[in-house]
Amino acid sequence: MSDSISHCMLDLAEEEYTIEDYQSAVPRWCVGCGDHGVLTAVQRLCRDEKLPPEKTVFVSGIGCSSRFPHYLKTYGFHGLHGRALPIAQGVKIKRPDLHVFVIMGDGDCCSIGTAHWIHALRYNMNMTAIVLDNSIYGLTKNQASPTSPVGQISNTTPRGSFIDPLNPIDVTLGVGSASFVAQAVDWMPDLTHAIIQAAFHHRGFSFIRVLQRCPEFMGHKYDDWVQNPDRMLLLKHENGLKISDELGRIYRNQEIHDPSQRNRAREIAAVSDPIPVGILYRNEDIPCYEDHQVSDVMNTPEIVDTYLQKEFDKYTINPPGAPA
Amino acid sequence: MNTNQSETLAVRLSPKKTTSTRSRPALVVDAHTVEIVSDSGEGAQKCGQSFGTIAARMGIGIWTVEIIPAEIQPPARSIEGASGNRIRLASRRVTNGGDEADLVVAFNDQVMLRRAREGELKPDCTVLLENKWKTHADPAIAAKYADAVDEMVRGGFDVREIPMEEECLKLVRDPRRGKNMYVLGMLCHIYSLDLQLAREQIAFIFKKKKRAVVDSNIELLESGYAWAGENLDLHFKVPPSEVKEPQMVINGNVAIGMGVVAAGMEVCAMYPITPATSASHYLSEVFSNVGGMVHQAEDEIAACAFAIGASYAGKCAVTITSGPGLSLKQETLGLAVMAEIPLVVVDVMRGGPSTGLPTKTEQSDLLFACFGGHGDAPKVVMATSDIEDCFYSMITARKIAETFNLVVVVLTDANLASAQQPFPRPTLDKDWHAPPFDQSPIPEGALAYDWDATTGIARRFVPGQPGGMHTLTGLAHNRKSGVAYDSSVNQEGVMHRSLKLAALQKTLSAPEVHGDEEGDLLIIGWGSTKGAIEEAIDRVRKQGLKVSSLHLKFIQPMASGIREILPRFRKVLTIENNWSDRYENELIDDDNRRYTELATLLRARFLVDVDCWSEVIGSPLKPGTVEKVILEQLETLEAQP
Ligand SMILES: Cc1ncc(C[n+]2csc(CCOP(=O)(O)OP(=O)(O)O)c2C)c(N)n1
Ligand code: SF4
Ligand SMILES: [Mg+2]
Repeated sequence: MSDSISHCMLDLAEEEYTIEDYQSAVPRWCVGCGDHGVLTAVQRLCRDEKLPPEKTVFVSGIGCSSRFPHYLKTYGFHGLHGRALPIAQGVKIKRPDLHVFVIMGDGDCCSIGTAHWIHALRYNMNMTAIVLDNSIYGLTKNQASPTSPVGQISNTTPRGSFIDPLNPIDVTLGVGSASFVAQAVDWMPDLTHAIIQAAFHHRGFSFIRVLQRCPEFMGHKYDDWVQNPDRMLLLKHENGLKISDELGRIYRNQEIHDPSQRNRAREIAAVSDPIPVGILYRNEDIPCYEDHQVSDVMNTPEIVDTYLQKEFDKYTINPPGAPA
Repeated sequence: MNTNQSETLAVRLSPKKTTSTRSRPALVVDAHTVEIVSDSGEGAQKCGQSFGTIAARMGIGIWTVEIIPAEIQPPARSIEGASGNRIRLASRRVTNGGDEADLVVAFNDQVMLRRAREGELKPDCTVLLENKWKTHADPAIAAKYADAVDEMVRGGFDVREIPMEEECLKLVRDPRRGKNMYVLGMLCHIYSLDLQLAREQIAFIFKKKKRAVVDSNIELLESGYAWAGENLDLHFKVPPSEVKEPQMVINGNVAIGMGVVAAGMEVCAMYPITPATSASHYLSEVFSNVGGMVHQAEDEIAACAFAIGASYAGKCAVTITSGPGLSLKQETLGLAVMAEIPLVVVDVMRGGPSTGLPTKTEQSDLLFACFGGHGDAPKVVMATSDIEDCFYSMITARKIAETFNLVVVVLTDANLASAQQPFPRPTLDKDWHAPPFDQSPIPEGALAYDWDATTGIARRFVPGQPGGMHTLTGLAHNRKSGVAYDSSVNQEGVMHRSLKLAALQKTLSAPEVHGDEEGDLLIIGWGSTKGAIEEAIDRVRKQGLKVSSLHLKFIQPMASGIREILPRFRKVLTIENNWSDRYENELIDDDNRRYTELATLLRARFLVDVDCWSEVIGSPLKPGTVEKVILEQLETLEAQP
């Protein structure tokens, strides 16, 4: 989601930021909620990329996850359930100078906001979208979500969910103009940070699904994966993530995956155990909607005046005796 | 519609002889209503619009109404397929489509029947009917034609069977393309319009086509003109009106689009829906030339959310839709109200609910626009009353939205969307233009919602302003835009958002009564019915009746002054194009009658027994209808002690 204009402006007034510069209210998520770690990763990214807080906007929907912007000292827009993406697009269209991030829950993005998700991929606007996927509706207290696994007991599926879960990564990869697709897990914050950073530098719409623990309603769902590094699959590539030696010694299950390989990406996406983590797909050549849509002309009273006079001429009639 | 000399000079200035020997001197009439109807795609609309434009260029007052079928290509020669244009000509400013037509040109017998059966033709209306169907190879078609002519003649209409196609065939191989210009020529003769202006008009509408196309159409025009002169005893002249200033001839949706540009807005987000789409078509064509853009979103929810995002981060945006789209936007509008993001919403109303009458006019979104949202969501609701008003309303709406950080809903309708009426060319004013959005640093300690105790207005922080970082939220929030966890905070926000409507209301001027300030009957209307209502008022006042009217532009909030006007009349009646129960239905009584939408509002606010009359027939209100209602009302009043 890099932006060359603001980058050169930034160079002129090089400023150092600290994590505190991006910290706002104390998060009210449950203890052990995976959202905490993602928030920290995002705050680190802001600091590392020296994002001016006033030039950064986090747009979110409604859900536990969507409280995210309240905990950041940037501009934030905590909007409506499912509608974060079109709001973010509106922000970005006339303000390419702003760094736009979108935070959604799995219900937000993959249920009520599905249309916007698919079309956001189609528009490919330059922004970073993060889905905090806990496979459940958290805020409304424990209802099945489109990503809930079969057998999931919830308040709306007391006898267990029976529909196969939708795989957000797989669906995303199915949309032709998807340009950056990645998966992270909340319990590997360094990798989450690295993935979000790569997404941030991608020019286009970056889609990151973060598997997120919800101890409140999903109990110990990911315990086995957290405890057993061999059940994780790290995707690495010289054009993708680089795995530090340190991390590599713990997580030995790795695959060299070239993010330009869409078909392989879809095969990887289909696997849920081991959990793949990394950049599945990236294509820098997909045009961004705003490049076509934003006109070079400045909207000033003078320009409008001159143009409208010409338009009026086209539709003006001068009755007999009228001044020409 | 172009007066640009250079574009029209190319047209032959010494045409062949087109004056006739047989034609009678023109009969001077001060008004006439003409219709041209055909199957879709036969060019009746182009013919009608051109006819209107030529008349307007001669200084004749006009109002044009599009006659649109619901389908793109309804079956040929079908009753429901009638497509075309009505042009009302008069020696004064015309404010509505008028009553029944005096003359109709029909390309086939079925579309002719449609207009007659719908009561759109005067009892003695002259019908110029294409006669090729009479001898059609298909006996069923010929028989239908004969039956239709029979029905019309029995109905008292003056049917003239005209060999339009036969005549066109003398000049072109495919008369389906070009017959409309032949008809235009006929009409130019019948109404004594300037043939040279007609040639220029043809040059203008075919300006992107080859020279040969222009020439061939001009030939058809001249031929039609000559034929009418030699073969028809119909010859009228509508003297020009007194208008002397340059006039714009556009329809209401183009006026909306131009208004958006003049208001200095930059983003229009929309999803296609009839009859709103043409406003966005216009903007799609021009907006990028002034730094604007049209976003065709994936649905109306996204369109509204997109506009809200754009407004939040910069200048006030606009979203344009019709009733079903406005329904989808409701949740997002609630967000804009709650977060106090300025937004202009245009609802080009059509018949509803559901897909209803998608191409036809109605005024049934008023209460919905006022109260449609969840929670207490005060919005401004204003209505456009004519084409000129469509233009200026956008400028006013933008200004209100940004001054008060309010959502402004502008209600217009299918009637105005496609109607054309000349109005004085606007003189652009820099004050109309939205100021650049604020990017100055926010002083320390300033609050995101520093609600003014009197007006409720708060300053808006725009991303990019250093020091203004906060999270705007759709949750109830305090002055810092923090989520409100204690109970009194919600009430504070609700109160201040409501106060903004009162603050706006104090700036509105009282509507003026059309007619005397007191009398027997006051008719109240809103929106596109203004012209028809006022024309009817003028007619009955000429008969000495004590009837006046009042037309409301702002419905929410409503201007002061109305309360004082109502008691000066013995009876107050709204006339609207939305449903109200009628006492003639057995079950309807005072306890269950549903009133029209404006009447409901007026009754609630002013505690006056405002009555209502309404129809939802999909076509624009006619002055004659209003006149009839007035006379009935007065009769009932008379009968009362
Ligand atoms: C239009 C609308 N419908 C329903 C809701 C209620 N609602 C709030 S959050 C939510 C689901 C939250 O689940 P998810 O998006 O997965 O976020 P999480 O809380 O799990 O982070 C729902 C259904 C709403 N706010 N708005
Ligand atoms: S309910 Fe789940 S998702 Fe929500 S805050 Fe608690 S742990 Fe996190
Ligand atoms: Mg969830």
